[in-house]
Amino acid sequence: MALDQSFVGRTYPPTPPYEVGREKIREFAEAIGDANPAYTDTEAAKALGHPDVIAPPTFVFAITFKAAGQVVEDPQLGLDYSRVVHGDQKFAYTRPVRAGDRLSVTSTIEAVKSLAGNDILDIRGEVHDETGEHVVTAWTKLVSRAPEEA
Amino acid sequence: MTAKIAYDEVEVGTELPARTFPVTRATLVRYAGASGDFNPIHWNEKFAVEVGLPDVIAHGMFTMAEAIRVVTDWAGDPAAVVEYGVRFTKPVVVPNDDTGALIEVAAKVAAKLDDGLVRVDLTATSAGQKVLGMSRAVVRLA
Repeated sequence: MALDQSFVGRTYPPTPPYEVGREKIREFAEAIGDANPAYTDTEAAKALGHPDVIAPPTFVFAITFKAAGQVVEDPQLGLDYSRVVHGDQKFAYTRPVRAGDRLSVTSTIEAVKSLAGNDILDIRGEVHDETGEHVVTAWTKLVSRAPEEA
Repeated sequence: MTAKIAYDEVEVGTELPARTFPVTRATLVRYAGASGDFNPIHWNEKFAVEVGLPDVIAHGMFTMAEAIRVVTDWAGDPAAVVEYGVRFTKPVVVPNDDTGALIEVAAKVAAKLDDGLVRVDLTATSAGQKVLGMSRAVVRLA
């Protein structure tokens, strides 16, 4: 089913702040097998000029994708989430995410397309800290595959 | 931000040290927990096959996280990465055995930009298939 084109440009309210925990960053770094001390050792992070440990570049996706849930699950949009695959992902950083950040995400639908029966949804998530400073923007392309029998 | 590689030391074509990252079912379970992505296609073979996949596949975001390690290890400071984008072209299929799959990542400097920035193009393959496309990072060097 084609998605409702009128959703293009729609922006959802900012999410309640997500507090970035030092141990959550450590857990993520260990899960990807990355021993870079900037992720786990405050002194090593400070030696690089950061006020505290920083998160690996893709860590923030867990936050922006959860925020995108309010778009994906919007019943008016009509996306069949059971058939969704991740098409593209991009990040642009003003600064790295770091322990102690309280991050809020504002999601906007950038594009809604239908190609060969596939529904394609582009969502932009703007991530700001509690002072309102921009931290990172995440662009996520989701593709809802056409049913096989169609 | 304190990159250990100097802008003046790199040329277009400079290769970053390539890496191979192993991924097993255990890796995926651990990544699911750390990332909060519990989609069963990443741990339940029966479910994966039912939705038309050959077997359990790795999280695309796991592959994306591994690939950029080639750049962050090279640059020293992960904050040197100012932009990073990929296209998920093929899944990384992870069989239920002791060896799992391998993700092979290579990268090279594709362009020197202004302000100490370079563009690095990455390639990631698994079982001979290109698993990431349009995989690019913009990196701020010293």
